[in-house]
Amino acid sequence: MIPSAFTFYKPDSIEKAVSIMKDFGDEARVIAGGHSLIPVMKQRLTDIKHLIDLSAIEELKGINISGKSITIGAMTTQVELITNENLFKTAPVIREASLQIADPQVRNLGTIGGNVANGDPANDMPGLMQLLDATYKLSGTNGLREVKAREFYDGAYFTAREDDEILISISFDAPIGGYAYEKQKRKIGDYATAAAGVILNVDNGVCSSASIALTNLSDTPVYCDEAVSMLTGKNIDDNLLSQATKSCVEQSDPVADQRGPVEFKKYVAGIVINKALKRAFERS
Amino acid sequence: MDDVKTPSSEERKSALSGLGTSRKRVEDARFTQGKGNYVDDIKLKGMLFGDFVRSPVAHAKIKKIDTAAALALPGVHAVLTAADLEPLGLHWMPTLAGDKQMVLADGKVLFQGQEVAFVVGDDRYAVSDGVALVEVEYDELPVVTDPFKAEMEDAPVLREDIADQKEGAHGPRRHPNHIFTWESGDKEGTNKVLDEAEVVADEMVYYHRTHPCPLETCGCVASMDKVNGKLTVWGTFQAPHAVRTVASLISSIPEHNIRIISPDIGGGFGNKVGVYPGYVCAIVASIVTGVPIKWVEDRMDNLMATAFARDYWMHGKISATKEGKITGLWCHTTADHGAFDACADPTKFPAGFMNICTGSYDIPVAYLAVDGVYTNKAPGGVAYRCSFRVTEASYFIERMIEVLALKLGMDSAELRSKNFIKKEQFPYTSALGWEYDSGDYHQAWDKALEAVNYKKLREDQAKQLELFKSGKSRKLIGIGLSHFTEIVGAGPVKNCDILGLGMFDACEIRIHPTGSAIARLGTISQGQGHATTFAQILASEIGIPASDITLEEGDTDTAPYGLGTYGSRSTPVAGAATAMAGRKIRAKAQMIAAYLLEVHDDDLEWDVDRFVVKGAPEKFKTMKEIAFASYNQAIPGVEPGLEAVSYYDPPNMTYPNGAYICVMEIDVDTGVSEIKKVYALDDCGTRINPMIIEGQVHGGLTEALAISMGQEIAYDEQGNVMTGTLMDFFVPTAWETPNYETDFTETPSPHHPIGAKGVGESPNVGGVSAFSNAVHDAFKSFGLTQAHMPHDHWRVWKIAKDLGLHN
Ligand SMILES: Cc1cc2nc3c(=O)[nH]c(=O)nc-3n(C[C@H](O)[C@H](O)[C@H](O)COP(=O)(O)OP(=O)(O)OC[C@H]3O[C@@H](n4cnc5c(N)ncnc54)[C@H](O)[C@@H]3O)c2cc1C
Repeated sequence: MIPSAFTFYKPDSIEKAVSIMKDFGDEARVIAGGHSLIPVMKQRLTDIKHLIDLSAIEELKGINISGKSITIGAMTTQVELITNENLFKTAPVIREASLQIADPQVRNLGTIGGNVANGDPANDMPGLMQLLDATYKLSGTNGLREVKAREFYDGAYFTAREDDEILISISFDAPIGGYAYEKQKRKIGDYATAAAGVILNVDNGVCSSASIALTNLSDTPVYCDEAVSMLTGKNIDDNLLSQATKSCVEQSDPVADQRGPVEFKKYVAGIVINKALKRAFERS
Repeated sequence: MDDVKTPSSEERKSALSGLGTSRKRVEDARFTQGKGNYVDDIKLKGMLFGDFVRSPVAHAKIKKIDTAAALALPGVHAVLTAADLEPLGLHWMPTLAGDKQMVLADGKVLFQGQEVAFVVGDDRYAVSDGVALVEVEYDELPVVTDPFKAEMEDAPVLREDIADQKEGAHGPRRHPNHIFTWESGDKEGTNKVLDEAEVVADEMVYYHRTHPCPLETCGCVASMDKVNGKLTVWGTFQAPHAVRTVASLISSIPEHNIRIISPDIGGGFGNKVGVYPGYVCAIVASIVTGVPIKWVEDRMDNLMATAFARDYWMHGKISATKEGKITGLWCHTTADHGAFDACADPTKFPAGFMNICTGSYDIPVAYLAVDGVYTNKAPGGVAYRCSFRVTEASYFIERMIEVLALKLGMDSAELRSKNFIKKEQFPYTSALGWEYDSGDYHQAWDKALEAVNYKKLREDQAKQLELFKSGKSRKLIGIGLSHFTEIVGAGPVKNCDILGLGMFDACEIRIHPTGSAIARLGTISQGQGHATTFAQILASEIGIPASDITLEEGDTDTAPYGLGTYGSRSTPVAGAATAMAGRKIRAKAQMIAAYLLEVHDDDLEWDVDRFVVKGAPEKFKTMKEIAFASYNQAIPGVEPGLEAVSYYDPPNMTYPNGAYICVMEIDVDTGVSEIKKVYALDDCGTRINPMIIEGQVHGGLTEALAISMGQEIAYDEQGNVMTGTLMDFFVPTAWETPNYETDFTETPSPHHPIGAKGVGESPNVGGVSAFSNAVHDAFKSFGLTQAHMPHDHWRVWKIAKDLGLHN
């Protein structure tokens, strides 16, 4: 489990990083926490000749909250997402979800940027970003651009990011209403068998807005638009939540792996989604 | 002058930290500070590294191996293939089970991960690059992963090298993919009883393939000194002396010129008993290059290629009277051995001690047959924290008891109690021929049931079932019972050997002039704490404080010959040798004391740490004084010095036993289970160090939990390993590990010098049944009789689904 040789760079600005990427195209890769990248490098599943460490770029770090608008630097670690009290006050679902990622050792290094940029459908944050309707800010040879998280994922490990682009930051508005992130996994340090995030804003029993997203239940994170429209404007009761659950499960498309066959995953997805919906409703 | 108060016997005894003391582990100071010395810590001058090119496919002919590009890489020194080993006769090697195994692929590969070529280079990096550059052309062949398909007429022949051999190491072979049939017991008698029985339960019990997965993987450093012709190998060896003898036999290097050293070992659990191609290749590479060679596996290599455990399909029939008295037991096992028969069993026992499968019960007649077959999977079949195939046997009978209880409509706790071998029946000869040394199963069982308040547990379970049935809960409670009897301490030389090496063990003791001592053993600790516990045995035998006794193992140049540590044999065999060697020391010490005190030997009696003149307590000589005297007195008829060695051939195995109970809550929709209680009562005979016993029980229970609830080596139909990393191969963390309640009864072994039976493996053996039975028990009122392990989320969910418990 030794990666093939690579040249290591540690630029201190986004511009420098982008210029190295421009020089080497798809032979170059940025490294953030390394907890998704290093395992594949060690197994030689990918051959990277130029590795660009982003950890010296200060602009990529930190959590900025102004009013209801939240911006998180790509190099912010998962442990920072968990421990930041202001973030917890404005968007508590992030702590709830982050605490269910991997284990403390991984979270000490793993970053939000690496987690969402990787394009691994098993990662929890892409789903979470669908839930929050986040916007990704990318910087590349052609300058800055923004992409909605809900439009970023094309397939497993295929994203809207160009080879020479770096994810700079992630921004979203503070969610309003009840929230929940529910995940079933086999053990600590495991990816989801099925996971779901829910935000429900309910006034006098009527749902004014909602968001539902799924993790590891398709080759991309799933934003459950149909279920969202089923709920919006309606009186919430158990029956409606069950129908919404059903609709979410229909939108899922999991694959079989050691966690179990498709039929099992869909069944468990239903349980997980329903629990998340109920908990979000209770908290609304 | 004032009398200095002599400490009482009790005070002196407690100062020894002998038997029964929870002495802190002397090993931990170095382990907890990162100061252990493992194979990978060994760095020698000029040392090179080696690693394998492994087969990506499960079954293929090798058309071509091109090493040119790898050899051209700077930093790569050599690439060995079977063609290079063939002139030395080392392209194949004998296995412990009487089969042979390819060291490097000889014309074909038989399992994914098989060793194809060995690349030697400056460091791990150069070697990894070299491995990637070796080009191998494979011509893929049809794959057999299902042991029941291995013997079909049109099944592809795996072992073409022995395809025509009708006779194997263990008798006739009926198919090219058949290895052996091993039978035990009375076939006709058992069939007759089954035919005429009032009640018969018939079930297929599968104990899936798993892996010991020690924290430290396997590895070695081989160093051939061309000047003096001496080969030294540091390695992860659970049986260093056996490795030396085997290495000498297959390499023709004289045995005195081979030195095998097992340094600190980071867990073995049976994984480090066998001889692996890596050891052979490192040795050959060192001979070829003239410099030391290190080979250390990574985690994926370890899970994929080194010895797996279990993989037994056990078809059972058990008969009883309507009242629940068991009358007979029948078992046919299909054993999936993978590509080579590399089981680490005593040579005469190709299915280990599977014939302990009558368990704790007085079963009048029984029959067992085991058929071993080849498949395109990794070889192995080691005893993963159990004596040879004992956990398979124990799981089998503990499942059959449950299945029979269902058939009888009887509580399985009561069924067990009704059929236990009674205290007064010991020594008890089982229907399959073992002589159980001692036990008091009823006492243990009653104590266990009372400790967990069994009656109340069943009431709680019934209440939860009502809640479930009325739709108020989606959870069920299962109570898993297990009463196991192990057979450990292999073993008597008359029937136990490995490749002709009798399974005795040895201890050599030297007492230093100032009254401290060193003891050397033929065993090797892999975390069990031998340096702590064996010193305690000696402390009680010879009256020298445990803290004044150094214990050394693992260096074949200094340690006496022994067969190593596995199968819970260290305490039963080497522990006995230790006590016996101690007794020899004491006998000589008595002669010296008699001389010094000018009395007859018989006028002395032993008192904790001294010999005292009978009736004159003020006249005595302490061991310390005697030790010094042995070095400076010319005693007529007595040699100077105080040393002893004992080679102990045990008269019998020992039979540790215990009662384990697990309570589990299961969510039928998610398949998630929550362990509510684990109670483990062990009877391991005399207890040497209760703290270490508790630690062993905790560790073994955690492995049992892993095995029963998720840990497996899974293959797909093409023979790809699906569980090659710790993401999919379940090793519990502290988070998944429940709280354990431990308890004991103490029935000494009558034939062991200190009555100890061994405990290291009991919790794995007893634990798996307890956890698995809990899962089964949760669903039994819905008609579940058998569901195969591991009971991970989806398989538990599948049970519920198949029973119609999902809407
Ligand atoms: C044992 C284990 C268990 C895990 N369990 C979970 C889990 O349950 N849930 C979960 O969500 N994750 C899990 N992970 C993954 C973990 O959260 C990773 O840390 C995370 O997915 C990647 O973040 P990273 O900072 O480590 O990125 P890296 O591994 O450094 O990078 C990942 C990929 O993203 C790219 N990348 C990184 N940063 C940027 C950037 N700023 N711009 C453009 N591309 C970038 C890299 O080039 C690379 O291709 C687990 C990891 C391990 C080792």
